[in-house]
Amino acid sequence: MSAIADQKPLSVSDHAALRAVAAGRDPWRSLDELADSAEFRRFVEAEFPAIAERLPLNLDRRMMLKLMGASLSLAGLTACSKAERIVPYVRQPENIIPGRPLYYATTLSSDGYGIGAVVECHEGRPTKVEGNLDHPASRGATDAIMQAAVLSLFDPERSRTPLKQGEPASYDDFLKDIAALAGGWVGSGGQGLALLIEATTSPTTKAQIEVLKTRYPKLRVFKHDPLAARSGEQATATLFGKPLTPIYHFDRADVIVSLDADFLGEGPGRLAYARDFARRRRVRASTDTMSRLYVIESTPTITGAAGDHRRAVKPSAVEGVAAAIKAALEGDKYVDGQSPLEPAWTNVLADDLRSAGRNALVVPGAHQPPLVHAVAFAMNARLGAIGNTLDLIDPPDVMPNDGDLATLCQAIENGSIDTVVVLGSNPVQTTPSDIDVRAAFSKLKLLVHSGLYRDETAFLAHWHIPAAHELEGWSDIRAYDGTASIVQPLIQPLFGGKSLHRLLAGLAGEFDADPRALVRATWKAMDEPAWQQALRDGVVPDSAAASVAVSLIPDTPTPMPQASAAERLEVRFVADPWLRDGCNANSSWLQELPRPLSKLVWGNAALVSPATAERLGLENGRVINMARGGKDLDAPVWITPGQPDETVTLSLGHGRKVGSVASLAGGYDAFALRTADAPWFVDGVLVTPREGLARVVTTQHHQAMEGRAIVRHATLDAFRDNPHFVRDGAPPAPTESLYPDWTYDQEAWGMAIDQSACIGCMACVSACQAENNIPTVGPDQTALGHEMHWLRIDRYYSGSVDDPAILFQPVPCMHCEQAPCEVVCPVNATIHTHDGLNAQVYNRCIGTRYCSQNCPYKVRRFNFLEYQEFEKDVAGPQQAVHNPDVTVRSRGIMEKCTYCVQRISENRIRAQIENRQIGDGEVVTACQQACPTQAIVFGDLNRKGSHVTLEKAVPHNYALLEELNTRPRTTYLGKITNPNGQLAAKPAAETGRG
Amino acid sequence: MQIGEGMPQVFSSNANGIARFALWGVCFFAMFVAIGGTALLRSGFVTGVGQPIAQPIPFSHKHHVGEIGLDCRYCHNGVETSAAAGLPATEVCMTCHSQVFTNADMLAPVRASLASGQPLQWQRVNSVPDFVYFNHSIHVAKGVACETCHGEVDDMPLMQKAHSLSMEWCLGCHRDPTPNLRPPQDAFLMHWKPPQDIEEVRRSLISILDIHPATMTDCYVCHR
Repeated sequence: MSAIADQKPLSVSDHAALRAVAAGRDPWRSLDELADSAEFRRFVEAEFPAIAERLPLNLDRRMMLKLMGASLSLAGLTACSKAERIVPYVRQPENIIPGRPLYYATTLSSDGYGIGAVVECHEGRPTKVEGNLDHPASRGATDAIMQAAVLSLFDPERSRTPLKQGEPASYDDFLKDIAALAGGWVGSGGQGLALLIEATTSPTTKAQIEVLKTRYPKLRVFKHDPLAARSGEQATATLFGKPLTPIYHFDRADVIVSLDADFLGEGPGRLAYARDFARRRRVRASTDTMSRLYVIESTPTITGAAGDHRRAVKPSAVEGVAAAIKAALEGDKYVDGQSPLEPAWTNVLADDLRSAGRNALVVPGAHQPPLVHAVAFAMNARLGAIGNTLDLIDPPDVMPNDGDLATLCQAIENGSIDTVVVLGSNPVQTTPSDIDVRAAFSKLKLLVHSGLYRDETAFLAHWHIPAAHELEGWSDIRAYDGTASIVQPLIQPLFGGKSLHRLLAGLAGEFDADPRALVRATWKAMDEPAWQQALRDGVVPDSAAASVAVSLIPDTPTPMPQASAAERLEVRFVADPWLRDGCNANSSWLQELPRPLSKLVWGNAALVSPATAERLGLENGRVINMARGGKDLDAPVWITPGQPDETVTLSLGHGRKVGSVASLAGGYDAFALRTADAPWFVDGVLVTPREGLARVVTTQHHQAMEGRAIVRHATLDAFRDNPHFVRDGAPPAPTESLYPDWTYDQEAWGMAIDQSACIGCMACVSACQAENNIPTVGPDQTALGHEMHWLRIDRYYSGSVDDPAILFQPVPCMHCEQAPCEVVCPVNATIHTHDGLNAQVYNRCIGTRYCSQNCPYKVRRFNFLEYQEFEKDVAGPQQAVHNPDVTVRSRGIMEKCTYCVQRISENRIRAQIENRQIGDGEVVTACQQACPTQAIVFGDLNRKGSHVTLEKAVPHNYALLEELNTRPRTTYLGKITNPNGQLAAKPAAETGRG
Repeated sequence: MQIGEGMPQVFSSNANGIARFALWGVCFFAMFVAIGGTALLRSGFVTGVGQPIAQPIPFSHKHHVGEIGLDCRYCHNGVETSAAAGLPATEVCMTCHSQVFTNADMLAPVRASLASGQPLQWQRVNSVPDFVYFNHSIHVAKGVACETCHGEVDDMPLMQKAHSLSMEWCLGCHRDPTPNLRPPQDAFLMHWKPPQDIEEVRRSLISILDIHPATMTDCYVCHR
């Protein structure tokens, strides 16, 4: 919750006491819970404390009558309705049957790399993104950013018209201006002309730039990618003679060491990696084996949370750790002081790597210096992993360029460039603080900007051209492994946006180029059937890059230990998991989606460890000033268990003031402290606490199920000794109930969630929001606990305050067979169906909230305000994102997870028309479909041998709060970890429950 | 103070009668409002049953269905596959009307629509609220005929509602669908004459078509 002035913050002297409390409790959700602070108690004692506090204690009779009268008269008004019109097609397009969605394969871009998607389209209106099973980077899964693509498509604040000097103009005017200049460029060979491209892997863009370069030989192309990390490229260039990109095969790896690599949460291959990784983490029987993951990281990540051994070190110490592991692996003598980790720990890890041999894998973090990459490759080569758990390919994103933004600014300063065309990126906002782009750009004769929004760069530009959204235009793109796929439009550009390819063609003098023809020309080697097939499948067959055989590994130097680093405070920059560099800042879905570990929403905070907070005398929400090299930044502190000491983590992408959603959010702009020479971490930062407290909004106390055996976990060895570990000490479920017994002679829907597979990535929450028309409520309402997500992922800590194990638990509605919510509804708005769903009937609900009060799992959500606009003229384009198969809820209505009843109904109707049973796996819930690790299984419990019954038959399947005899249909598989027996496991990590 | 001593009567003697009248009056009035209100809500005045609605083109189902004998699915072609039965595109009208009545004034809006690309705008006749998810395809597949809900459209010069489409009316059939079933292949026939053994046919349809009336009143069948 928000740490604001009126709440009792954690006092510094409490830290010692907190450590003692943490040792005795397992698991815990936050430091506030350990301290049992007023803030935590507020949310435990009342589900919505702000409401309880606002209600007058003694409501008098007169007030009561007034309220009753008002609600009666308002209720009467709802019956009014107007005549409607039906508007059929003039020419009905082929394949479209009104009322039935169509699905098209396309590809969405993630930092320039493609992730395959299948987009659901209702009468030409894209409403939902699903993963593409055939695409190697998706394999049917999506992430939160992909889910939000449909929301940004319909964002009413997208740029709608070309602007010349800030005044509306037409695209033809722009083409006239360009045509006038093009003559001069042809004469001079493009002297003074520069393109600034963003991260892209598009073969068509590459071809078009080549065409431009032939036409204007002196044209210079620069690339601005604020989230790029070039260390891997540099390391491979030194080691193998040319830059190469590693592709990992986590499904073949027995022992994995991550050197500050967040491979589950970052990078273009993350969804595929998560699926491969989870395949080796599924334990169903005692004979099953697991991979083991060691994570050395400089800020808590979901990869660290998935690790069996997690060590937090300062960012600069990773080099030393890597070198020490390499030395231990090679049997060299341990250099004292090289690594902050104990020699014994390092040796055990090295032994484990050695015993795994070619099934071992060392993964370096993209942002770590080349040395870490070199050391990692050397270890992989020595273990024989290259060619097995790791392949090297030619980088898919090779795009000829003459340098980055800094080079461009120099060129502008020295007068060799006077015209810049910015394609897509927002350099004025996302530049390191030591490059003055604004000053450089103001010297230009012509600055053209093409982007989705009228952003900071657009305000500076002479010409701003609205860009087409990725769901609106033709393009092509490559995935992390080089696989090419076609990006096809789902809808005509809503606001007249022009695609990148059209703009590039325009610069080359081809003013009315057809973007489809441009892309088709790149793939002219494909005949028409092959092209149609590639469009249909969403993948160009056999286009993955072949693995490169590497031979020579020269000796890598061992880094010197960082002597002075210990007492200097370091800052680690991370890209916000959803907002990235800030390009998604105007998406309310993404702003309100809790960050996986901190559970922060609508803003960011400076993450510090409990020990550092103790040393500096900081509490949650305290504003600190960070200064380095003449730049400084104020940010509120968020004390984060598991954060390395003397390290502050700042996330990029927040603090933007352009866009109504972005400016609604709090947070700071971390680019203000970032410099070009050290984009990912710096040391020597001076931290000074300031007087004030700032609001930090987090959902971590909301919907707490306090003090019960919630997450049950064990090590693999403990599981083998006692497969029924989830029953240990758990109170037995009562057998008798006062509630009516139901019979389920048709389907009986149920869900099993494997907590060993769940990595806490939040894709399911976002998918649920997109599928079920779940509104966002904004920062103020979220701070009150009014967020509407039907599915939440609870994050628990287990063990010490400083270095806890991190556990995730997705909590949808349990669909209890003996549901406490059903019996208390005075109007029968929440009722039991024949297949065991707890159905919520919105049109009956009168909003007493008794059901929510009586729900032990706290999964019901109430519309306190009218979070959705119903007046069609006022609602604007964003109403088009709604799923037409789900009711849009109004104020005063209770809602909750329905197991995606609209999908059940759709499949049931189809099966009934075909007069057959619903097949196993036919009904897929939105959360299940999005999950990269396939942690969620849904199906019919009455069907023998269905996937979900097999999952529920395993010994470590358990129900939440079983002792309440609610008989939930959603059950969990206890989390199983695989720590190394030789390392003294943390006491809480052995077996535990909370 | 002592009662009855020096204090005047508050109510006169006829107050009793007034009070009785008022009390009974309130009761009768309440009953009248309840009965009258219920009747009004079910009347065609509120439900729109039997009230023809003016359309931009006076399209006659009586002519097209009753006299020419067009199948419902010629125009409403989504009815077997989609939730929505669908309305014909302008082009569908023009498949015939490019040959017959090519210059009729009545059809000028249709020709204008095809020429301009602007769709026709029909007034909705049968509608359910936004939170009701009615699906045509499943009803037709299970032997609920068009005329069961839409009435004898072949006798309607202008389209009108045949039934209230209220929840009460829907539930009547969802609780006991048997009286409204017919073999699915006959769903599109008008004025269908049930065969002699219709009761037996309906009973067998319930099992052949796998209809479970007990589950058909689950709220989410219509509300999602």
